[in-house]
Amino acid sequence: MAAAARGCGGVWRRAWQRGAGGPSPAPRGQRAVACNARGGAVPAGKSGLAPWEPVVGLEIHAQISSNSKLFSGSQVQFAAPPNSLVSFFDASLPGTLPVLNRRCVEAAVMTGLALNCSINKKSLFDRKHYFYADLPFPFIEGQLRVDANVSVHHPGEPYGVRTEVKNINSIRFLAKAVDYEIQRQIEELESGGTILNETRAFDAKLGCTVPMRDKEGKQDYRFMPEPNLPPLILYDAKSLPANMNHQQVVNIDLIHERLPDLPSVKRAKLVERYGILPEHSFTLLNEDGLTEFFENVVKQTQMKPKKVIGWILNDLLSYLKQHSLTLKESPVSSFLLADLLNLLEKKEISSTAAKHVLAELWKGERKTPLEIVKEKKLELIQDQKELEQICQAVIDGQENEVMAIKAGNLKVLNKLIGLVQRETRGRSNPVVVKQLLEKKLSQ
Amino acid sequence: AALKRRVRFQVSAALKEGHVTPTELCQRCLSLIKSTKFLNAYITVAEETALKQAEESEKRYRKGQPLGVLDGIPIAVKDNFNTAGIETTCASNMLKGYISPYNATVVQKLLDQGAVLLGKTNLDEFAMGSGSTDGVFGPVRNPWSYSRQYKEKSVPKSHSEDEESNWVITGGSSGGSAAAVSSFTCFAALGSDTGGSTRNPAAHCGVVGLKPTYGLISRHGLIPLVNSMDVPGILTRCVDDAAVVLGSLAGHDPKDSTTIQDNFTPFELPNLTDVSKLSIGIPKEYHAPGLSSEILALWSKAAELFKNAGAKVIEVSLPHTCYSIVCYHVLCTAEVASNMARFDGLEYGHRSDMNKSTESMYAATRREGFNDVVRGRILSGNYFLLKQNYENYFIKAQKVRRLIANDFVKVFRSGVDILLTPTTLCDAVPYMEFIKEDNRTRSTQDDILTQAANMAGLPAINVPTALSERGLPIGLQFIGRSFQEKQLLTVAKWFEKQVKFPMIQLEEVKRHDHNAFQHQKSASFS
Repeated sequence: MAAAARGCGGVWRRAWQRGAGGPSPAPRGQRAVACNARGGAVPAGKSGLAPWEPVVGLEIHAQISSNSKLFSGSQVQFAAPPNSLVSFFDASLPGTLPVLNRRCVEAAVMTGLALNCSINKKSLFDRKHYFYADLPFPFIEGQLRVDANVSVHHPGEPYGVRTEVKNINSIRFLAKAVDYEIQRQIEELESGGTILNETRAFDAKLGCTVPMRDKEGKQDYRFMPEPNLPPLILYDAKSLPANMNHQQVVNIDLIHERLPDLPSVKRAKLVERYGILPEHSFTLLNEDGLTEFFENVVKQTQMKPKKVIGWILNDLLSYLKQHSLTLKESPVSSFLLADLLNLLEKKEISSTAAKHVLAELWKGERKTPLEIVKEKKLELIQDQKELEQICQAVIDGQENEVMAIKAGNLKVLNKLIGLVQRETRGRSNPVVVKQLLEKKLSQ
Repeated sequence: AALKRRVRFQVSAALKEGHVTPTELCQRCLSLIKSTKFLNAYITVAEETALKQAEESEKRYRKGQPLGVLDGIPIAVKDNFNTAGIETTCASNMLKGYISPYNATVVQKLLDQGAVLLGKTNLDEFAMGSGSTDGVFGPVRNPWSYSRQYKEKSVPKSHSEDEESNWVITGGSSGGSAAAVSSFTCFAALGSDTGGSTRNPAAHCGVVGLKPTYGLISRHGLIPLVNSMDVPGILTRCVDDAAVVLGSLAGHDPKDSTTIQDNFTPFELPNLTDVSKLSIGIPKEYHAPGLSSEILALWSKAAELFKNAGAKVIEVSLPHTCYSIVCYHVLCTAEVASNMARFDGLEYGHRSDMNKSTESMYAATRREGFNDVVRGRILSGNYFLLKQNYENYFIKAQKVRRLIANDFVKVFRSGVDILLTPTTLCDAVPYMEFIKEDNRTRSTQDDILTQAANMAGLPAINVPTALSERGLPIGLQFIGRSFQEKQLLTVAKWFEKQVKFPMIQLEEVKRHDHNAFQHQKSASFS
């Protein structure tokens, strides 16, 4: 599946007229294999030329999640032993024929719809003849592979010759590779050179692209239609003939109905329902199962979702990342976390204490938050008199600070509150303590 | 009784009534195969498994629970169909010793019906040829070479060697299957038909050869020549038998995406008596260069037969017929080049000892494994598929193919039900004469009358009509509408009844029959 994106105007145009940003290609006159460092020499007098418009087409290979292969009935299984999932067709035994996997077609349609593409109603299969054993290393299961096709042209003129850039292994490198290649092509053309319709490899270390196939000329794949697979016709409610067996047919509209909420819709719903920030919704969706976790906690606690989200994203998630755990592997379940947050919400513990309890829960010793609170004596002191005594004791011991406060320096109050916290080993509610101190100091 | 000479229906009845057991039938066929070994019709005879299958069938008959009409019936299968546990060679060094792990769908269907698989029959290597002379196991001999009818008509010679040098070809590429049926070693055989490979040998061997509509019968397990034209073919001694075999084979196969999804209902052929509602088309282009005057006369006589019986017989035109051979050449070789690419010596089949590099191993394997004919077609095909040639050759040929197919559409739309044409240009030629020309030349000449039906995917059938002046069979061909096999076979059956083609009189067969012959009336044409 390929998605083409036109270079978006202003920023790129500006950048590429001046050759700014990123490593630039070798200056004119040299074989462009080694790449110059940043800000390398660009021939002078080239500014003021007509602007360039890059065109980028991304060829994205994503493996469809299916139980069996695309053209044979064989099972698919990650990391199965070599040659253990080979059907007669896979082994190219004479007389065997390809049979298209319906689930794969449906998945492809689903993906196309999710990406807001128009779905071609008719697709044809071709055979590609590739006789020699110099196949590129077969891509590892489950990873994304991207090839970038890049060309440049002046607006209003026909598209330029495109190059294909391979060996791009991350989104970050994709951006770098595309940027580099656009700049290389512009430099080449502005120096009077030409762009070859070739395949280039992205060199991640040097940050540039190099020609790939330097041996023979282009391969002639001798394409021809695949005679054993009739054209694939997809239908929608409008085009589906009445007498056709619906089991035999892939109906785009039905698949559309079955599409789950797309991410943008999901995120909007989360923001609306829970009052969380949009950036929070991104994180929730980007972690497998996190949305569900969050919603489960919200269901089980009286704490407002706006507050819950902080605990999820700052505490829970960072812990998981630190220990390279997935949500499934979390020793703290949504139930436990909700339990903890309830204690906090009911003001039975302070938030400091809550963090302490959480740290204990990570140990996965199957203690409930309440048990830990009791064990470590983390309950907030509820006894007003006890608190008053402690406050008084602190006031009595901090003459200078008291004087400063009474003189109008209210910030110093925080120090007193801090001292009370220390005395109570975090078992005092700072809001209550502040009130008590203020009351005493005003007397 | 002279069981072998009976058509299968009759044998079925005999089996059911216990007049003969499946084992007896099987043994007789096996024994006849042995004594007709000089025909070279079989590459592999699966004696053990056949007898086992016959035994199983016998058990079922004893219980009164036969699987169907085909239960216990000995059949043979062309050696380009996969048969599990039995060697499948395609008459090529490339697959010598290759034992497939699976049965072709059509083979499986026959076995599921209780048929007894006697063995794999000989063919041109990878089904490329029109003589069944170019396989690595040697040429197939037409049983009619040894018939009394042929011997009587040949120039009298005193030497017995002349019998050796005079023998005629079976036609091809399903010559082994045609010879097997013709010589009574089996009751039905599977062939394949890409350009006429079932109908051509059927005509030369005096048997019924049916090419079904493309998409009616599964090709899964048929080692492909041209995927877009290949069909499994059926060879029998009478049209009724062909209908029965068709009934057991036709229908959608999920393993073959080119088979149609519609339900297929097996049919019994009615005994047509009134042909007045029929419209028979006589395509004038089938009066092709090289058509023998004998066959031309027979063809006319057949047309008269229909006319006199009340049918409407009209001349029609299929104007693009003359382009079908060259069009076929491009499309066939292109698909061959592609299909043969899998034979690289790595996964199965022959592997050369050359091991300097992968590429040299590939090259040596393919040079050693394929004969000239196959290699020639691969080279041509690759040429036509090159980027710079694709438009001018492959695409052009596809367009011409469409025109050829449209010719038929137009004619059938104009009210014609069936087309009547010759099947071959002449009767079977002696082997010594046949090999004077190369395979390609021969194929070009011989395919002209049969090829177009493959282009258009239409059903066609050869019906043995009469003996030539040399005492050899001549057949005529009927071409029908897509998926209208019932109509096609009904008309063919009527015609078969009218012409009463004579039974072959073979010494070898006689020797096996201890009882009297069951004579058939001689054909009214001879």
